[in-house]
Amino acid sequence: MDLKNFTIRIFHALFLFLLIAALPSCKSDKSKEKGKEVSLDEFISGEDIFDDIDKAKKIFYSLPSPLETAMLIKSAGADYNEQLLNPLQNVEKYTTNKSMALNLGIYTTDLSFCSLFDQTQTSLNYMDATRKLAEGMDIKDAIDEETMIRLEENLNNRDVVMDIISETFLNSSSYLKENERQAVAAIVLVGGWVEGLYLATQLVGEKPLEGNKLVDRIAEQKLSFSIVDRMLEDNKVNEKGEQNVDIVNLMNELQGLRNAYSKIIVQTSAVKVEPNDQTNVTTLKSQTKITVTQDAFNELQNAVNSLRTNFIL
Amino acid sequence: MKRTIPALLLLAALLTVNYTVQAQCKGFAKKICKQELTPYIHDGNYHAAILTEGEEAELYKTFYSGQNYRIAVCGAEPLTKIEFQVIDAYKNLLYDNRDHNNVMSWDFKLDASQQLKIVIKVPVTNKQAEYPFSSCVAIMFGFKEK
Repeated sequence: MDLKNFTIRIFHALFLFLLIAALPSCKSDKSKEKGKEVSLDEFISGEDIFDDIDKAKKIFYSLPSPLETAMLIKSAGADYNEQLLNPLQNVEKYTTNKSMALNLGIYTTDLSFCSLFDQTQTSLNYMDATRKLAEGMDIKDAIDEETMIRLEENLNNRDVVMDIISETFLNSSSYLKENERQAVAAIVLVGGWVEGLYLATQLVGEKPLEGNKLVDRIAEQKLSFSIVDRMLEDNKVNEKGEQNVDIVNLMNELQGLRNAYSKIIVQTSAVKVEPNDQTNVTTLKSQTKITVTQDAFNELQNAVNSLRTNFIL
Repeated sequence: MKRTIPALLLLAALLTVNYTVQAQCKGFAKKICKQELTPYIHDGNYHAAILTEGEEAELYKTFYSGQNYRIAVCGAEPLTKIEFQVIDAYKNLLYDNRDHNNVMSWDFKLDASQQLKIVIKVPVTNKQAEYPFSSCVAIMFGFKEK
């Protein structure tokens, strides 16, 4: 077979594959009727959204990034407590792929958290710890010298600092994904998300649960936890059919958290859409019912604490 | 041997093209699509892939009350008109950019936190073409406090 014929065959095979992959988009979907009457009094649990996942399509799972996590904690009224951050000297301990990935996420959440509370010197120190881990993981150019200088020069400008954090995280995750290290990118995200949960559960302190915005935020993470599970499941086996031991172990380690969240009830009603032509910002009107008993919260707090202790050791 | 060398050359070429396209995808997301989020703060997450005309993708994310969000869905040349829909857990269609001239972004806020699904569709532009076009499609999220 000459090169020309071979190339034509490859393209035909590729075309056929794409055609098959595109077929599900042809099916009709009458259930999606925009503008139909919705009731805000009916509630379902978060898992229902995954009912009709079509594996033939490209699926993305998006967790709150370290920056969004830190923002959610702050906007819920939490105070800053530096004692809760993963100590900087721990950075030298992380030598395995899994511990480096988890702690890259953890340090990025800590960095976001202290930056949002305008802790300038601490922010610089945590950016440096993040840079060391990214270099250790062979992530090229995520945080270079220029980034450090830009951060130093703009420490008092929170918008610029947030932009720098967002960009460094984008650099790391895009580098990992484009170098076929999606599983590592997933572990980084889980590390960052668990750190957010740890900070939030610790910052609740002795305050009552009832009417506590931070407790509601923590409970609502149950919705993101179902995304964590699916994202890890998707990365459990690579394209060659080999199991990723780090992902399998991580899924097992999350069992305590899974059990704790099973005792917390989060139900959401359907959404009513209210566009606003003046602001161009649409409001999605709906309700959430959250039930968290003191025992369930204590169990969750302990599960998060134990998980995070294992991650940073 | 005669067959092996061309095959290896082609494989190497395909891998190089794939790597280059992936790198372009990162550059596209970072330099072009991210601009669509201004003045919102990009959350830092990277969701981009090479999609082909006729192909669909789905993204699942929890959105939280108390924050304003912007979704930006962008396609690199020649896939510039990407369709996207936002659907809730009850499978109600909340937004369809085809009703808004295929705009690339949508701003919204929530009374209560919700898991939403974003469905991305790459329409077929030229049905007569021998092969469908493929290019980078990026989905990015920006947020700001209310």
